[in-house]
Amino acid sequence: MTTTSTAPRQTVKPPAARRSFVERWLAMIFLAPTLLGMALFTFLPIIGSLVLAFFRWDIISAPQFVGFANFASLAEDPTVRVSFLNTIVFVIVAVILQLGIALGLASMLQARMPSWLRVFLRSTFFFPLVLSAASVSIFMRYMFNEQFGVVNWLLSLIGIPAVPWLTSPVASAAVVVLVYVWQNFGFSFLLFLGALTNIPKELHEAANLDGATGWKQFSNVTLPLISPTVLVASVMAIISALQVFDQPYVLTNGGPGDSTRTAVMVIFESAFQQLEFGEASAIGLVLTVLILAVTALQFRLSRRFVFYQ
Amino acid sequence: MSSQTLHTGTDKHSGSTTGTPTINRRYRNRRLPAAGTVGRFTALAVAAALTLGPVLWTLSTSLRAPSESFNLPPSFLPINPDFTAYQEVFRQINVGLLVLNSALVTGLIALGQMASATLAGYAFARLDFRGKKAIFSLVLATMMVPVQVTIVPVFMLIRGMGLSDTLLALILPAIPTAFGTFLMRQYFLGLPNDFAEAAALDGAGPWRIFRSVYVPLAVPGMAIVGILAFNFHWNEFFRPLILTISEQNFTLPLGLVTLQGNLGTGSISVVLAGVILSMLPALVVFIFGQRTLREGLTAGASK
Repeated sequence: MTTTSTAPRQTVKPPAARRSFVERWLAMIFLAPTLLGMALFTFLPIIGSLVLAFFRWDIISAPQFVGFANFASLAEDPTVRVSFLNTIVFVIVAVILQLGIALGLASMLQARMPSWLRVFLRSTFFFPLVLSAASVSIFMRYMFNEQFGVVNWLLSLIGIPAVPWLTSPVASAAVVVLVYVWQNFGFSFLLFLGALTNIPKELHEAANLDGATGWKQFSNVTLPLISPTVLVASVMAIISALQVFDQPYVLTNGGPGDSTRTAVMVIFESAFQQLEFGEASAIGLVLTVLILAVTALQFRLSRRFVFYQ
Repeated sequence: MSSQTLHTGTDKHSGSTTGTPTINRRYRNRRLPAAGTVGRFTALAVAAALTLGPVLWTLSTSLRAPSESFNLPPSFLPINPDFTAYQEVFRQINVGLLVLNSALVTGLIALGQMASATLAGYAFARLDFRGKKAIFSLVLATMMVPVQVTIVPVFMLIRGMGLSDTLLALILPAIPTAFGTFLMRQYFLGLPNDFAEAAALDGAGPWRIFRSVYVPLAVPGMAIVGILAFNFHWNEFFRPLILTISEQNFTLPLGLVTLQGNLGTGSISVVLAGVILSMLPALVVFIFGQRTLREGLTAGASK
């Protein structure tokens, strides 16, 4: 640490009032880039979205006030309805799979094993997170190709006939879920791994002495102890799944029909393909309300079910 | 305590004598951990194969000659590599320009986030000002606003600023970071106060305390913010798809999707060679910054 010899020794501490004055100014300067940026690129756009949702506007002609018409047409628009339904089904299935796989693998990794193996497995499960969803979707699209895809080839080895993965409504929805979960389970896995490693060894030993083994030990000792992490992991998984876009856009472009169209895809399409900016804003607001509801639910649930040490 | 142990002892015993297979097996597992362990490691091996398999398949198919990319059985191990597909990628799309765009956008976002998050995080952690809690909550709240909700007005704002179809349109909105600010605040809160007091005794003002004492100590925290920003924005697809129009401003993920579009289903190995090329920087970050990346990703979850 460098000491400043120029500073007069007698004023060791600046008067508190003066110091806080300087600090206040410094704080304002320090916060300026972040707060100005957020004001411009987050808060202003939120207000913009709120206003725009009540207008019909295609950029070219003047915006026209339509009241709640955009919201009303959402409820009637079959594509919008289906896409929200798809999104909700997607969130439920993807999140359950993602959390289940992550928790299962994280607890299996607690078994005794050489440390190189643990490091290898941890890195392996974490690896898909660093890839881009667009490139993952590109190679997965080829893997799931009906005629020459590797998935159907593997299935043919065990005698299962070719599945039209990307051309049947149900199968393509399944592919979108699988590809999404493949890429994202590593995040929940890391959270669970951290939580499980933090459980004191003595607790499991004590439970063992009391005769709790296997599933009993897991449900009565492990699960309550990691419940805060389970809750956080599920909320984060839900919020990110609600915003799914890259995978269905690249894998299926919403099809066949509307079977894999998600809420965000409809926002994108109505704004940037049909130039219905008001409707897009209205869909965005509905999605935001959904996300806020999930977050609010988290706070409620955490008070009732989560066991904090 | 002792009665409990005794009780479970008899439990196990009765279990093994009644011969219920499940209890029996579990009882034996506790003595010879072989069966359960085999199951567990089989599951882990299958999961690892399913995770690495697609990536290995991508790599080895990209190393096939384009004409052989449809051949079955597919390859999982890159034997007899053929680099024609990679040459073809460079011929079909301007890889250099895409990489340059991606690097420029990602690098400037990362630097911008590191700088702005360090400043703001320090203010929230160590400086006194009115309304600190409220402003901090406001900053955190922006994390819950999905990018899709603000994208339409941001798109118009960018047009209004005359930045349509420029790289700046991708960079500027991504610099203010709630998560980075949160991380840096936590980081500064974790640093001891003594240094600041010692420096103040030596006559250092608030700016000097920040600049000479805390910034050097905050470098690891800044690295987390930078690496996270790099990983996220290198892979970003949604915003570039909307905010850039001409191919000369595309980033790598967009370029890849156009590469796929140009070819239709013509040659997989060329598209996959492009995919592998785009993964390389992420792979380097993963290998050298794995710990940092992991800590950064999980930092926000354990508030």
